[in-house]
Amino acid sequence: MLKRNEILETIEMVEKEHLDIRTITMGISLLPYIRATAKETAQAVYDAVCKKAENIVKVAEDLSKEYGIPIVNKRVSVTPVSLICAPFPEQAGLIGKQLDRAAETLGIDFLGGYSALVHKSTADYEKKFLLTIPEVLATTQKLCSSVNVGSSKSGINMDAVKLMGEVVKMTAEATKDKDGFGCAKLVVFCNAVEDNPFMAGAFHGVGESDTVINCGVSGPGVVQHAIEAVPDSDLADLAETIKRTAFKITRAGQLIAKEASNRLNAKFGIVDLSLAPTPARGDSVAQILEAMGLESVGTHGTTACLAMLNDAVKKGGVMASSRVGGLSGAFIPVSEDIGMIEAAERGDICLDKLEAMTAVCSVGLDMIAIPGKTSASTISAIIADEAAIGMINNKTTAVRVIPVPGKDVGQEVNFGGLLGRAPIMPVHDKSSDKFISRGGLIPAPIHSNKN
Amino acid sequence: MQAVVTVVGKDKTGIIAKISTFLAEKEINILDISQTILDKYFTMIMLVDLSAANVKLADLAEECKELGEKIGMSIHVQHEEIFNTMHSV
Repeated sequence: MLKRNEILETIEMVEKEHLDIRTITMGISLLPYIRATAKETAQAVYDAVCKKAENIVKVAEDLSKEYGIPIVNKRVSVTPVSLICAPFPEQAGLIGKQLDRAAETLGIDFLGGYSALVHKSTADYEKKFLLTIPEVLATTQKLCSSVNVGSSKSGINMDAVKLMGEVVKMTAEATKDKDGFGCAKLVVFCNAVEDNPFMAGAFHGVGESDTVINCGVSGPGVVQHAIEAVPDSDLADLAETIKRTAFKITRAGQLIAKEASNRLNAKFGIVDLSLAPTPARGDSVAQILEAMGLESVGTHGTTACLAMLNDAVKKGGVMASSRVGGLSGAFIPVSEDIGMIEAAERGDICLDKLEAMTAVCSVGLDMIAIPGKTSASTISAIIADEAAIGMINNKTTAVRVIPVPGKDVGQEVNFGGLLGRAPIMPVHDKSSDKFISRGGLIPAPIHSNKN
Repeated sequence: MQAVVTVVGKDKTGIIAKISTFLAEKEINILDISQTILDKYFTMIMLVDLSAANVKLADLAEECKELGEKIGMSIHVQHEEIFNTMHSV
């Protein structure tokens, strides 16, 4: 029999602590829709996405009402578009624009997969594809792009890192009337995962089935509340509290994901156990770290707190779900987390500390506004640093920075909605030009030789 | 299919009457009911059976929310599975 306190606890989590399912993401393979020309492919892709995901919004809304848990985002991820348009890479934009139109038709929030996997080397058609990204992101609304430039197994493709620094700059320039907003839809990965439901980095891996439902849970507020309820416990007990809370959150995600995949006639993929913040107060990862005993996120001890949080969330979540995947950890985006925004405004957190934090959590330097005058090679060097952390530690890392055109340290950028606002953070002013211009490959680390 | 109805708010006369009448009109059978005053708030939890109901769960949840707003209570209707799943292994 159901217990009264458990029922009321669940309702409290939703009403007061922002418990939600952050996203239901349908992964769709586009490989069967490659046609002889870019135009025909674009049409086939549009038709396929609209058909397969036609009910995703309705089903998510129904589930949300029936189970009493909000489902914030409905999304679609597709096979990396660079593969679909390999025979006609210069015209990849046609496919990107049709995908964006499909997202509009379906009424979903974002569509991810304008992506390329170049972690070992950049094929000629991939290079041409990468150069289409700025224009496509400037002329579409809901399309997201990601590029994998390294992996623990292959090393880091520094030619691609160099190029992506330039692509980020070009994207910012192409969307300068919107403060470089295009860069908020572009992420550069090392060790990208193929079943990630979160944006901007979602794409549908080639090892996946044709239609899959992946689900991202959330609930930083629930974890924060649970920690605040035990103000004097030691850290081992605190880890246990976080684990128990993560278990409950993930169970809700598992139930919704299974039911959604049944109703949408898709395979159940994974539940991603990430704690994803929003700019709302009480829905913040930074505030969890502060509830653990830090005066401000970014001060000494932040990395240790985050490491423990990330691990405890995984341990609780793994027990709760039959299949765990995606990124599964705590997200530390700056503009999307009120605690991070305020710490950045106070000057309590800097890029270097954020970089250290990415070594112990998913995912990386995320939604960070930097001065518009930052050079392409400096952005490439930031990407290289992150990729190195990912490569050596066998984890996913990513960079999503926005060099805001015409703005500098001391100013702020506001993207609105879930993307939030951010003060421009300073970057180091010494040059990395020579290092980046060398190009080539940083070889895979010795511990990748496991065969 | 079974669902859990929770009603929370300031105590007053006739809450149970209003809600059970509303459910009866929809052919929803009440299987279990528990009611108490928690922190001065009226708190009622019902387990109901929707197998003969003339309304879908998603629509019922909406209608109950509206009814709650009308009578000044917070009313939730949720599939019982969410509670079983979250709180038991």
